[in-house]
Amino acid sequence: MNKHSRLHLPRAPARPGEKPDFSYVQISPAGAVRRPDVNARARDIEALAVEMVRVLDDADDAVGPWHPHLDPAELQVGLRHMLLTRIYDERMQRTQRAGKISFYIRSLGEEAVSVAQCMALRPGDMLFPSYRNQGLQIARGIALVDLMCQLLSNTRDMCKGRQLPVMYHSKAGNIFSISGNLATQFPQAVGWAMAAAIKGEDHLAASWIGEGSSATADFHHALLFASVYQAPVILNVVNNQWAISTFQGYAGGEQRSFAARGPGYGIAGIRVDGNDFLAVYAVTQWAALRARTGAGPTLIELVTYRAAAHSTSDDPARYRAKDDQEHWPLGDPIERLKRHLIKLGEWSEERHRALTGELQALVGASWQEAVTYGTLNEGPKLDPDLMFEDVFKEMPPHLKRQRALMRLERS
Amino acid sequence: MIQALNSAMDIMLGRDPSVVLMGEDIGYFGGVFRTTEGLQRKYGEHRVLDTPIAEGGIIAAAIGMGVNGLRPVAEIQFADYIYPGFDQIVSELARLRHRTAGEFFAPVTIRTPCGGGIRGGQTHSQSPEGIFTHVSGLKVVMPSNPRDAKGLLITSIEDDDPVVFFEPKRLYNGPFDGDPTKPAVPWSAHPKGQVDEGYYTVPLGLADVVRSGSQVTIITYGTMVFVALAAAAALKVDAEIVDLRSLVPLDVDTICRSVKKTGRCVVAHEATRFAGFGAEIVSVVQEECFWDLEAPIQRVTGWDTPYPHAFEWEYFPGQARVASAIKAVMESA
Repeated sequence: MNKHSRLHLPRAPARPGEKPDFSYVQISPAGAVRRPDVNARARDIEALAVEMVRVLDDADDAVGPWHPHLDPAELQVGLRHMLLTRIYDERMQRTQRAGKISFYIRSLGEEAVSVAQCMALRPGDMLFPSYRNQGLQIARGIALVDLMCQLLSNTRDMCKGRQLPVMYHSKAGNIFSISGNLATQFPQAVGWAMAAAIKGEDHLAASWIGEGSSATADFHHALLFASVYQAPVILNVVNNQWAISTFQGYAGGEQRSFAARGPGYGIAGIRVDGNDFLAVYAVTQWAALRARTGAGPTLIELVTYRAAAHSTSDDPARYRAKDDQEHWPLGDPIERLKRHLIKLGEWSEERHRALTGELQALVGASWQEAVTYGTLNEGPKLDPDLMFEDVFKEMPPHLKRQRALMRLERS
Repeated sequence: MIQALNSAMDIMLGRDPSVVLMGEDIGYFGGVFRTTEGLQRKYGEHRVLDTPIAEGGIIAAAIGMGVNGLRPVAEIQFADYIYPGFDQIVSELARLRHRTAGEFFAPVTIRTPCGGGIRGGQTHSQSPEGIFTHVSGLKVVMPSNPRDAKGLLITSIEDDDPVVFFEPKRLYNGPFDGDPTKPAVPWSAHPKGQVDEGYYTVPLGLADVVRSGSQVTIITYGTMVFVALAAAAALKVDAEIVDLRSLVPLDVDTICRSVKKTGRCVVAHEATRFAGFGAEIVSVVQEECFWDLEAPIQRVTGWDTPYPHAFEWEYFPGQARVASAIKAVMESA
């Protein structure tokens, strides 16, 4: 074996014991990136896939052409949704550690992605989330109790005990079912958008995957179909740098931005500071307008950092520098929006503390209610008969026979 | 059979504005087997979509369309090409209703030509139905004649569950008794080639006793139906031939009624033997009819090899293979 292989192996910037290094992240100054017309042709705006749209500057002011000029009340709603998402995550993480639920996935540090994007869309737009988009559920107004009952697989579980925790769905909220198989929802969202176009409806579809999942064939199917049919869809790659222990370089992020996959397919690609609530909102609003005016799909790369573990099943201290997150150059999304609101004179540390307390109480009360519908170990239980339902619309004879056998086994 | 399938899709496109067809070469060109001929011209490019050569994308987009209220009929050009869409079929399409407790579903029909006997080699001859019958949540259909094909396809399109609809391509242009040296017979000369022009359905889960008999039951479907008929006739055995038509759901009652009557059973399919769908039939018959059986059940199948281009007729389970199975099951004391 050649000791000096010519094969290039992407290397994480900092493994445990090494000094965090984010010099590879290309950052544009706030306000520096131009905002093209929403009907601009993909080929004329390829620079957007390389630059980084940012609105909030280091002095906590909103600057530049992407400034969405949102009402302060709306910013406060965004702050509340993000904070609630974080507090919900913290509490559910502890609940998992206490053995009350089997599994959990936090979105720590990525709250602006789901919350700002959801707020920039309309209720009739269909969301095809990944497993780290709980902010979508919260911003769409899904009750915490309903989310918690899913985590508990209890008698009020929307999935009737059939899915791993966090694989929520909401038919009424227009949020599609989350799959444990990565990126499958990406081309499905394109199909949904194609149907909206066929039916002449104004709705669009939006979907989210991590940068690691952009390696799958389904990612490419989504871009291909979106491009061919110019489907009204927003395809989001949440580049949080890590796919469990695998650095984004192994998804091809070293050579080219993920947003730049868009122009390759003839789709507008745009790279945005994923921790800048205003920039994420503005970019999503722009992409939604594109989709609704027939200008086609948009691929958005949201540059952020997965501040927590991948899930409750891994320990990031084993594969990345311990204080990595503190060196992340794009900061924390909640902190940044909070400081901006304070600068506007529309918020204060005191109000923030009060809101935190209020939301903690809400999460606590919701949990108390959720467990009354049962937990893994105690209280009311789902009927195992339910597993035979919904395999088909109507139960065929062989499943009825098997259900009868199971009942016999249990009696 | 091509015209019957075309008519089924034509009728459904006309009756239900949510029906859309999608697939490679199916629109402008009308499909490589001409099954969708004229439908794009009649219903427009928004109802009959040409797609990229990306089966995973076709199935995934069909799922999304189905979730958004359309009723997609996706063609996979050959069953041999279905595997790039396998994850979307197994992990997504088949389970969507179950994992969302009935709230989301995608009423997708996947049409795909299967089977050999057309010199297609290993990539245009496979019969992978057993791979799909093993997946909970999929209905699996395979007609053997034009009349059934049309009624079953209409039923499949109207079904709110996903259906994988296999079309034995050797039967596209006429019944086939397994003897490739005989001149081809067109469907127009066969009673089951007489297809009503209008709307009609054939239910899923209902087998058809294509010949009633007293001495032996041959349970089969697809390409093997006419081979079994011919083999039994040549042996002058009074065989009862059961054409399953749909594999999931399976008509266990018709199977058992027949085997209990004849006491002897042969199971025949073109697909490979090991862990094939025939094993499921054998198991059902063993469980339900053991005390009525006069002899061990026999299986007639393709060999457990890839479909060989040069040895197509040595591979194909023709009349001779069926005949030896019938003899074996008749001779057993």
